[in-house]
Amino acid sequence: MARDTLRAEGRAQDDADRELGVDPADEGSPAASRSARPGKDRRGTLRGAETLRWLWTQLTSMRTALVLLFALALAAIPGSLLPQKPTSPVRVREFIANNPQLGAFYDAIGVFDVYASPWFAAIYLLLFVSLVGCIVPRIGVYLRGLRAEPPRTPRNLGRLPAHLRLGSSGDSEAVLATAEQVLRERRFRVRRLDDSVSAERGYLRELGNLVFHVSLVFLLCGVAMGALFGYKGTTAVVEGQSFSNTLTQFDDFSSGGLFNPGQLVPFTVTLDSFTAKFETGPVQRGAARVFLADTTTTLDGVTTQQQLEVNHPLVLGDSVVHLVGHGYAVDVTVKDGNGDVAFSGPVILLPQDGNFLSVGVVKAPFARPERLAFEALFLPTAVDQNGVGVSVFPDALNPQLLLNIWTGPPKESTGQPENVYSLDRTGLTQVTEDGKPVRFTLVPGEMFDVPGGGSIQFNGWKRWVSLQVSSTPGLWLVFGSVLAAVAGLCLSLFVRPRRVWVKVSGDVVEVAGLDRTEGRGGLDDELQLIADGLGLAPHEPQGAGSEVSGVAAPQPTDADRDDDNADTQPADDPKPAPAEPPTSAENEGKP
Amino acid sequence: MADYWSNLLMVTSVVVYLLALAAFALEWAAARRLELVGAPAAVLVGTEGAPIEGAEAVSDSDAADQKTQVRVDMFGRMGLALTVIGWGLHLSGVVARGMAANRFPWANMYEFVTAALLFVVTAYLVMAFRGVRWLGLPVTLLVVIGQGLAVTVFYVAVAPLVPALHSVWFVVHIVAAAVAGAAFNIGGLASILYLIKARAERRERVRGYLAKLPSSTRIDELAYRFTAFAFPLWTFAIAAGAVWAEYAWGRFWGWDPKETWSLVAWVVYAGYLHARATAGWRGKRAAVVGIIGLACFWFNFVGINLLVSGLHSYAGI
Ligand code: HEM
Repeated sequence: MARDTLRAEGRAQDDADRELGVDPADEGSPAASRSARPGKDRRGTLRGAETLRWLWTQLTSMRTALVLLFALALAAIPGSLLPQKPTSPVRVREFIANNPQLGAFYDAIGVFDVYASPWFAAIYLLLFVSLVGCIVPRIGVYLRGLRAEPPRTPRNLGRLPAHLRLGSSGDSEAVLATAEQVLRERRFRVRRLDDSVSAERGYLRELGNLVFHVSLVFLLCGVAMGALFGYKGTTAVVEGQSFSNTLTQFDDFSSGGLFNPGQLVPFTVTLDSFTAKFETGPVQRGAARVFLADTTTTLDGVTTQQQLEVNHPLVLGDSVVHLVGHGYAVDVTVKDGNGDVAFSGPVILLPQDGNFLSVGVVKAPFARPERLAFEALFLPTAVDQNGVGVSVFPDALNPQLLLNIWTGPPKESTGQPENVYSLDRTGLTQVTEDGKPVRFTLVPGEMFDVPGGGSIQFNGWKRWVSLQVSSTPGLWLVFGSVLAAVAGLCLSLFVRPRRVWVKVSGDVVEVAGLDRTEGRGGLDDELQLIADGLGLAPHEPQGAGSEVSGVAAPQPTDADRDDDNADTQPADDPKPAPAEPPTSAENEGKP
Repeated sequence: MADYWSNLLMVTSVVVYLLALAAFALEWAAARRLELVGAPAAVLVGTEGAPIEGAEAVSDSDAADQKTQVRVDMFGRMGLALTVIGWGLHLSGVVARGMAANRFPWANMYEFVTAALLFVVTAYLVMAFRGVRWLGLPVTLLVVIGQGLAVTVFYVAVAPLVPALHSVWFVVHIVAAAVAGAAFNIGGLASILYLIKARAERRERVRGYLAKLPSSTRIDELAYRFTAFAFPLWTFAIAAGAVWAEYAWGRFWGWDPKETWSLVAWVVYAGYLHARATAGWRGKRAAVVGIIGLACFWFNFVGINLLVSGLHSYAGI
């Protein structure tokens, strides 16, 4: 079996494999690993240490790694099917409201925030401990084996999966010298022995394997760095307005445990204009086609005009500004009962659907004698559907502003921040006429006189964009690691370690090979090429025209290929163990 | 205009693939009449590499068997020829779609399915001409179902891209995912065949078409090769997706359902590769893991696109 032939690197490799638990004999078996340890009688004192060691062996075994991998896959699933707090808090609240018992249970076990839950962390941390535990010894083995020579030539080459017998004219020295050269040209590492040449290649496979696994550890470090030192905040900016990168200007902000607000790079972004275009054709009508923000940015006293698009964030110092959303703001002027301007400017409304039906509140807390507030509904492309106004297109083709009015006595300023998007109705009453709430619709330029004093004018609409400002230290570590991981993977999956021996005995030259992994085949072809390189013809034993004598392989090409593949498979009946290449002891201590 | 032709070509390709499927099914059905011939492992070894499997795989003692054998082979070749025609139509359909849209044709579920299946058929044809025609039945079955669903359920008319898709990663990420997906699919189909064949071998009832298949060992190896080819590419596709997400959405990983399930599939396939290197898991268990991986891939594609809402919703249906 592959594993048997694979493990011929000497004691160190054997040990490493045992650590990995890949040796079929002791895989996952406490008895097996314990029996290797000395002294039943000393059990009492050794028990603690032994147990720990046993646990460590278990944890770093391949079987445990497999179980943890599957556990990770399983654990990741609920988070994709249930709403998650970080991304959709509203849906989580709805879920809990609709299913109080189940919801409370789910909440208690953390499935509404799977990826931050302790059990999820436990799985991947264990996996990584297991990974480190298994990869560190392997690195040692690899480094020690880097300059190791190819193994000794097995006694009976005929038992190897691919084997050629060639006839030679006699001079064994010359044949072996040519063999060395031919094999070197084929990028084998070559070792000259008395009557044979032993060659091996494909050392990059294990290197790739190690690089891959080590990269995963670095990847985790990179992610952790971003999580600890990074920050992310969002803010809404109306056309013509600016944002400067300080904590107070964010609508919401989150940062890692080791983040320091002093880290925030001082810059400003002014949104000069924002262009949005939508599909007007019959297919996908209303789908977004163009989002383009023209901005003026200032960083370190340098002012530049830049365009911000969905796939082209602004990079300012170590921070990145992404365009993550947009919507409508209505520009209104509110006059109070005294005829003074109580509020004027754009008010950000929040889109509710794909056609940007948007809602919000126009507040004039300083209006006197009564303060005023308006609940606003904005329809960019308004259409009357059975008496209900709806928007049928995301662009502002027929903008209308629907309002109702609330008034109340002036409120003492508490200094408490207030939600700008919703109306706290305490202390307010809705303005009514004939017992019915007053509702009215404005188009840009129109004005409405509030019954009882005051007015509101709809000057026009503007767009606002939602900007995400973030910094993710470690990002390059993350992507660099992934790149290295992919490169390592390719090596580990596509490099095929192979051993070849050329042995001279009398007038017979044997060429034999062994693939150390299952793979593409082609071993026989390579042996044939080597034979051609030696310039030798098949050995003719007294008349009979035997050429190739692979194990049970009458046909040179296909059949052989099949057979040598079969050799790496467990399903096949136990063959004569492929000539145990060189024993460990022999190899040990060699440079 | 181009979109009209594209639709016509796609629909025609489904019909032709269906005929190919029928031919391959007849090949299997006809082969049922063949009794267990020789020791399959020994005989079948010779078929690899020969474009036409066959005639030598039968004990020539029985003339009736000979005749059946010829029929089996004829159906097989018909299936292959039809697959080639279907592939030509399919390819033209995808190209015409790209011309109609004036961009690469893989922006929504319909386009992705047709493009990915094109890779599947291409890979199969390359294999078929190198002696692996026996995958014809499962591959055409997959393609008929996939293309059939594409032209009926997933179909959306040609439209330009939403701004989030304006990126070079549109090519890199999606092509990587489509090619990896194609290879995973072929690998998964081979794993299924492997389980069937290995079972028959264990019960020593290798008969009919099963006898014409290579040994379970070889099928398993084919499954491994495709999966091993796909895995780094899948890793890369996810990584490219992460880079793109960093640009487009402002974070490289956000546990979006699509991201989560890509990772789930990735982890399961990593499990597959490890399983094959672990003594007790080789063979059947590894194959089962591979099939689970494929199931995850499909769920990620069909289930997540249609059932769950997330940022990655470009299905357009
Ligand atoms: C984050 C989790 C892990 C992933 C995604 C992963 C992935 C991979 C992949 C893709 C391969 C190449 C497969 C092959 O060459 O056969 C591999 C090989 C290997 N992995 Fe992992 N691995 C992980 C964790 C571990 C852990 C925890 C261990 C040790 C307990 C481990 C031990 C090995 C070994 C020994 C090989 C070489 C197998 C061989 O001889 O070919 N891996 N791994």
